[in-house]
Amino acid sequence: MPILAKTGNEAMAEAMRQINPDVVAAYPITPATEVVMIFSGFVADGLVDTEFVAVESEHSAMSACVGAAAAGCRVMTGTSSQGLQLMSEILPIASALRQPIVLCEVNRALSGPINIHCDHSDTMAVRDFGWIQIFSENAQEAYDNILQLIKITENESVRLPGMATTDGFIISHCMEKIEALDDNEVKEYLGEHKKMNSVLDLDKPVTLGALDLQDYYFEHKMPIIEAMKNSKDVILKVAKDFAKRYGREYGLIEEYKLADAEIALVALGSTCGTARVVIDELREKGVKAGLLKIRVFRPFPAEEIVKALSKVKAAAIMDRSDMYSNQGGPLFSELRSAMYEAKDKPLLTNYVYGLGGREISLEDIQKIFAEQKEAAASGKVKQLIQHFGVRE
Amino acid sequence: MPTLKDLAKQKDPLSGGHRACAGCGAPIVVRQVLMASKDPVVVTCATGCLEVVTTIFPYTAWNVPFLHNAFENSAATCSGVEAAYQSLKRKGKIKSDHINFVAFGGDGGTYDIGFQSLSGAMERGHDMLYVCYNNEAYMNTGIQRSSATPKGAATTTAPAGKKIPGKQQFSKNLTEIMVAHDLPYVAQSAVGFWRDLTTKAEKAFSIRGPKFMNVLQPCRLGWAYDPSKTAELGRLAADTCIWPLYEVENGKYKLSYKPKEKKPVTEFLKVQDRFRHLKKPGNEAIIESIQKETDRRWEALLAKCEQ
Repeated sequence: MPILAKTGNEAMAEAMRQINPDVVAAYPITPATEVVMIFSGFVADGLVDTEFVAVESEHSAMSACVGAAAAGCRVMTGTSSQGLQLMSEILPIASALRQPIVLCEVNRALSGPINIHCDHSDTMAVRDFGWIQIFSENAQEAYDNILQLIKITENESVRLPGMATTDGFIISHCMEKIEALDDNEVKEYLGEHKKMNSVLDLDKPVTLGALDLQDYYFEHKMPIIEAMKNSKDVILKVAKDFAKRYGREYGLIEEYKLADAEIALVALGSTCGTARVVIDELREKGVKAGLLKIRVFRPFPAEEIVKALSKVKAAAIMDRSDMYSNQGGPLFSELRSAMYEAKDKPLLTNYVYGLGGREISLEDIQKIFAEQKEAAASGKVKQLIQHFGVRE
Repeated sequence: MPTLKDLAKQKDPLSGGHRACAGCGAPIVVRQVLMASKDPVVVTCATGCLEVVTTIFPYTAWNVPFLHNAFENSAATCSGVEAAYQSLKRKGKIKSDHINFVAFGGDGGTYDIGFQSLSGAMERGHDMLYVCYNNEAYMNTGIQRSSATPKGAATTTAPAGKKIPGKQQFSKNLTEIMVAHDLPYVAQSAVGFWRDLTTKAEKAFSIRGPKFMNVLQPCRLGWAYDPSKTAELGRLAADTCIWPLYEVENGKYKLSYKPKEKKPVTEFLKVQDRFRHLKKPGNEAIIESIQKETDRRWEALLAKCEQ
């Protein structure tokens, strides 16, 4: 296994090179531009035999991806923020047509105001479109998640598109050591793409994208809902197989020093790395702090989260986006809802943080843990929803 | 050049029994274009009348592979299908020697909301034919104005009111915009000219690369005329030079049809209720301006054809 120094974007592009998709249709956008740029280089140098479609917009990128996938190809793309928003009309069509397209998404704040730095508002805004969503803590995970997503999305009981995300700049542009697979290992791991109901099947012409009115639409939504349910087991099976083959373990969630924790932080993406450092420090001081990392946001691992937090007294739910509902961020909203029937559950505080790339430091996380310690001791939450790190 | 006898013997790419209005010109365009293909065809289609009337689940009128994605992306979707074909062909994963990829869109999906997608796909040079079935308004949603709607026509978003008598602007000359893309083949045709349409489609299919055809398609509902007159309306559009038939092959213009006697535009306007209000006193200037602009565009085209 080669050891490489790669940024998040380079790691994703490297995974794409090894996957060697049949078709890539993409449009550049900061901070995901490099994914498209590096991959274009692979095409120009003949390192892949992908048909690369350099479209004129992200809307056309996703439209061409749907066309290519419907023709029976393994298809990939990459984008961020406004680009994902421009694609968003076509995202639920991709899932409804059951096309296993894989998207490299780099989390960036949505306009407006325009901003190019990390938060999760872009990915969260498309969470209800039938796409599997996997968050990566670092470049290694980005690489591994992309490879696993091909397996997950193409599984016959899933057949849904999926996106693996990195945090803009924090991961996308930060160089780290990654352990890659050999090219032939990737080829062997993924196997051949299996086409289904291809529009290129001339002997058996299909009509895809038919008008579906009140007498059938609902029935046709159910298999998508079922597929998303099925995907949970598939994600776990794929992760288990990946661990067996290559030694790196993944799940729907990841617990870090959580088994005996009294206070915990629940987060997505790169913030988990920062939290681990603080937790180690706190543990040295005898504070029973732990982390619950949410790797998979869609499907939402509700039961797993409830179980993982059942012995925790107070937990900080970290949302890197708000949703203007006056109910905090999307992670908090869904996690809190999942807790409703739980007998043993922690006190919850929602921290909406890091919007538009506002830094979250070790000190910030120390402060959040201190507040959780206080809540655990007093049995009271000081403020249910906090917009943390914002100047007054 | 296909004969009627040849066409009649072919397997119909679009079966009857679909839900198009009586007298609808759109299926005529589809059948005549696709029947001109000697190779297998794969079709993409924009949201609109054509998609709605031919694919109400659990039925489909399509006997050829068909993909509808959304409203504004028939061209981009088709470009993805074509890219997939190129990829699979290169890898030896597909048998067929050649497939004609055809993207259909109405004037809404082509002139307006799908314009960027069309321009992008054509510039990228995909081996595909884009066919606009141009009925000069958003008919599927109930006759709203488009940039293809002619001046003076009443639509539901540019109605003939007490103060404003229908659409104020002339139509956008999309065919010329597509010529400016320097495509190997661009053509304008109309329902009512089956030989012209099938010959142009046949020529388009014989050329590799991006091709565009703009086909005027009378809509009995939106244009408001007797549904038995669809083909006649298309011919009147050409006879008045409101909709000239021509083609541009590698930049070279060729007029396909020169009316023996150029009829006044009123001959075309008076048989359609979308222009009914123009008959009212005080609206003469609008008719005059339509005639003047028609003449100007016709002369400009003739000059290009003679070069």
